[in-house]
Formats: sequence, C-alpha cells, structure tokens
Amino acid sequence: MKNETKATRQSYGEALVELGKKNKNIVVLDADLSGATKTDLFAKEFPDRFFDMGISEQDLMGTSAGLSTCGKIPYASTFAVFAAGRAYDQIRNSICYPKLNVKICATHAGVTVGEDGATHQMLEDLALMRNLPNMTVLSTSDDTQTKWAVEEISKIHGPVYLRLARLATPIIYDENQEFKIGKAIQIGEGTDATVFATGVTVSEAIKAKEMLKEEGIDIRVVDMHTIKPIDKEIIVKCAKETKRLISVEDHSIIGGLGSQIAEVLVEEYPTKLERLGIKDTFGKSGKANELLEYFKIDAKSIVENIKK
Amino acid sequence: MKISDNNELQEKAKIIREGILEEVYTAKSGHPGGSLSVADILTVLYFYEMNVDEKNPKWEDRDRLVLSKGHASPALYSTLANRGFFPVEDLKTFRNINSNLQGHPDMKNVPGVDMTTGSLGQGLSAANGMAIAGKLDNKNYRVYCILGDGEIQEGQIWEAAMTSSKYKLDNLCVIVDNNNLQIDGKISDVMSPYPIDNKFKEFGFKIICIDGHNIQEIKDALDVAKNIKGQPVCIVAKTIKGKGVSYMENQASWHGKAPSEDEYNQAILELGGAKQ
Repeated sequence: MKNETKATRQSYGEALVELGKKNKNIVVLDADLSGATKTDLFAKEFPDRFFDMGISEQDLMGTSAGLSTCGKIPYASTFAVFAAGRAYDQIRNSICYPKLNVKICATHAGVTVGEDGATHQMLEDLALMRNLPNMTVLSTSDDTQTKWAVEEISKIHGPVYLRLARLATPIIYDENQEFKIGKAIQIGEGTDATVFATGVTVSEAIKAKEMLKEEGIDIRVVDMHTIKPIDKEIIVKCAKETKRLISVEDHSIIGGLGSQIAEVLVEEYPTKLERLGIKDTFGKSGKANELLEYFKIDAKSIVENIKK
Repeated sequence: MKISDNNELQEKAKIIREGILEEVYTAKSGHPGGSLSVADILTVLYFYEMNVDEKNPKWEDRDRLVLSKGHASPALYSTLANRGFFPVEDLKTFRNINSNLQGHPDMKNVPGVDMTTGSLGQGLSAANGMAIAGKLDNKNYRVYCILGDGEIQEGQIWEAAMTSSKYKLDNLCVIVDNNNLQIDGKISDVMSPYPIDNKFKEFGFKIICIDGHNIQEIKDALDVAKNIKGQPVCIVAKTIKGKGVSYMENQASWHGKAPSEDEYNQAILELGGAKQ
C-alpha cells in the first residue's frame, strides 16, 4: 500500500475520459453533480456525449435505459443515495428487468461522505442493488482497481452498479495487479483471522494487518471488490484456513457485504462471522476519518476486535 | 403493409379491438378499458405511420414506440400480432404461465416491443434516450411515446418533459391517451393533471389536440408532427375508455377486469355488428 491517496470518484472521472477516447458509444449522464462525481472531466473532453439531466435521478436512469436500447453504453452518475435510493424503481423496472446495458456509477457512498450527514450517506445501496436480478455489483477500493473496473464493465453486457467513495484513500495496487470480476483478492497468508473488506475499508483492514503484525498476530485481508457475483470460493477457503472471520464495510450490516458472506457461510461451510459496519442506524455529520472511528470500521477498531 | 385508406384502417382497428377482448377474456384478467381507448392510435401508428419491419424487429433504423402506459399491453400485443410480428393465435396465451405475453410489455421476449414498461411514469425518459441516441448517430428514425392521462400524475413524466425540450427532440412525438379515467375515478377528481395541453406547452412542446378515435385526425396530427423542427410534439388525444364496447365505455370499473362469457360475446357482436 502506497502513501499516495486518491478518492475512487477521482479515479472514475479520469478513467471515463480514457474510455471515452477508446469507445465512441460511451455516453455519460449526471444529475447536477458532475463536479463532485468527477464526470465533469468527461464533459470537458466530450461535450456531445455528456448529458446533464439536472436534479432528476429517475429521469437520469430512464434516459440511460433508452440510450442503451440504441447501442449506447451509458454511464449514469450521481451520489449513491440518489442513484440506488431515489431511483430504485427505475433501476429495477427500466434497467434490470429488461437487462439493459447501463452502468450506474454512484459516488459518495457510506459515512465517509462526512460533513453532509445522514441524508447524503448511503448505507443501504449494496443491499438494494445486489438483490436485483441481472445486476452486477462492484465496490472498488483504490485508484488502480477503479480504473480497471470502469473499463471492464463496458465490456460486459448488462446492468452494473459501481460503488465509489468521496474520501481519498491509499493506493493499494500497482499497475501490474490483475483483477477479475467475481474474483476477490487475498492480501497476505495469515491464519489468525480473515478480514473481508470492500471499498474504503480495504485500506483500513490493511492498516490493521500491519498494526497486528507488530504484535505477532498474522491476519489476511480479502478485498471483496465484487459484491455480486460473490466469490464463494475464497470465503470458504478462508473459513477453512483461518481461525476467525470478520467483515468490515462502510455500509449497513443489514444486507451488505457481511450479510452476503454470512449467506455463503451458512450454506457452504457454517462458521462464525463478526460483522463490522453501520449497525441499523443512520450516519451523521463529522469528518470522514472521525466517522470511520465513531462507527468502529477503522483500522483501530478492527485491531481491537481481533485482539478481544 | 402500410394502409392509407381510412375505411381499411377503421376495419383494422376493429380487428385489433377483437384481439384485445380475446386476450383479456381468455386470460380472465388484464386491462380492457385503456386498451380500447388507445386502439385507434396504435392502429394508425403501426399500419399508416411507423417504419417498422416485422421480419426484422430490431432493425436499427426503425421507428420506435414506447407504450408508457404498459397496462394497455393487450392493445400493443394485438396490434403487433396483426402487423405480423408474431402469430395472432399467441394472443390467446396472454398472461399465461407459458407465454411470452406478460401482463405488461417485456421487450426481451416479445418481437416488436421496443421498451419494457409497466411501472407508470417511466416511458417518456426511455423514449427521450432513444431520441437522443438517434440525434447522436444522425439517424432519421422517429420515437413515439404513448402516455396515459392518469399516468402523467407521476413526477418523472415532468422531469422527462424538461429533457425532451432541453435536447430539442423533434424526432419525438408524445401522445397522451386522454380518456379521463383512472382506477379510482375521473382523473379530474382523483388528482387533476389538467390542463394537459397547456402543461406540455409550457414545458416546451408543440401541442396538437385531436379526437383520438378519428382516423383522419390521428393521421393528420402525425403528419404535422413529423414536420415540426426544433421542439418535441405532444398530441393530446381525447378518447373514450372502453371505446367500442357499449357497457365498457366511460366506466372506470372496466380499467382492469375481464368480461364474462356473455359480456365477451356481446362485445364481439357489437364490434362485428359495426362492420360495414
């Protein structure tokens, strides 16, 4: 993990420009948040292929659906709370049911939105998006992975939800790292515990791993960048190889990563799992790093949990 | 396959209405009222106006239609079947567990259906997307979007109306099936969207008001719409819910129920009896 940090929304905006150069069918739609979602970078480069729909997320999704029926590959962006929440029925009925080729790239997921508080901190999107048939759900953890994902999802046909963050987090992977949709990444071989993480919590889990190493505790981190289809194999493998299983996510523990791992375990290899995440409550205002600590999904909380 | 003679179109509309009744009667459920009100409009669109190819339903240069009021699927299916997209016999399978003809239109499984609809208020956005794509690719196809008058109570319609106008979608023609009834009663009593014409006008549309059962008026309006440049068109078509079946006409109770055997026979007799 490098010292350099970047928010995955920034990586998204940069990757879109590169993708736009390669594929003229890429179109980008936003709902008055292009400066924050970073789609403004694409808009500057390709004004004819960028559509600002104004503050109307339902129309954003519906228009994207229509464009995709004519061979375009729409990337529809807004904050996660407005994408997965406000426009849920449009995503369900106009995009997922007809399996249309729309890429919903939602930024500002989780409590790490920070100061804007609960109304803008989406903690339920993974739960809402992963239960939709035909949907692929990704939640990327760093710059390298996000740039891969942005291009990769253009190559698969069908709806995709890509969860992105506002907070700048460390760059984890170098350019040679290989990624595959549905294949999680195991970091380390430790057997004292497995920490399954996704999005912004992956770097927290890696920090925790390093802190624990100094105390002689050797854990492994699994970066679950694909929420759906979930990598069952690695979950079962880690359940067999390590003493404890912990999941950590900047999302509600109801319906998110932890729930999904629990579903796999209960069917494939019943094992105790501790779920760290937002525990059936709304978020609140504060600095992103304060909130990670407050909701006990930061490196220190992971360490404390493993040591207890 | 294009028909310009009004009497022939009228005759086609009767056959399409018979198909609607057959579908709803055999399924023992479905939405006859709003299907019958839009039957003449769909007939003129598919038999006079639209460039479609029943042998190549996904032809990329085709005109497209989004039936945003998806519960009028019996009308769309009957029209498409009679236009040759799939066998007319399939209409008997409507809503059956083994049928492609779902309760609401499914673009994945029914040839000729350009957009999946059913959850009201979503079709105009999709139609805008198709029209924008046409502009991007310099295609000449046109996009038609049929809205229910009750449906326009949905806020998304007005989000989409702003989009049609912002992007000057003159390749888009919206048609409001103004039968004045929704499930709970008159649209003016439940939650009035009136004045429909002025609302769309203020949102930037060119408005054409017609009798939605007058074949000539429908033809003329579609012809005029094609020649309007720089803005989208909205045809407000005054219609009668249940049109063509005496006991269904103007009755909100026939929004979503099937006729009994006697009622079905009477309806077919009335439609057939009207044949010249």
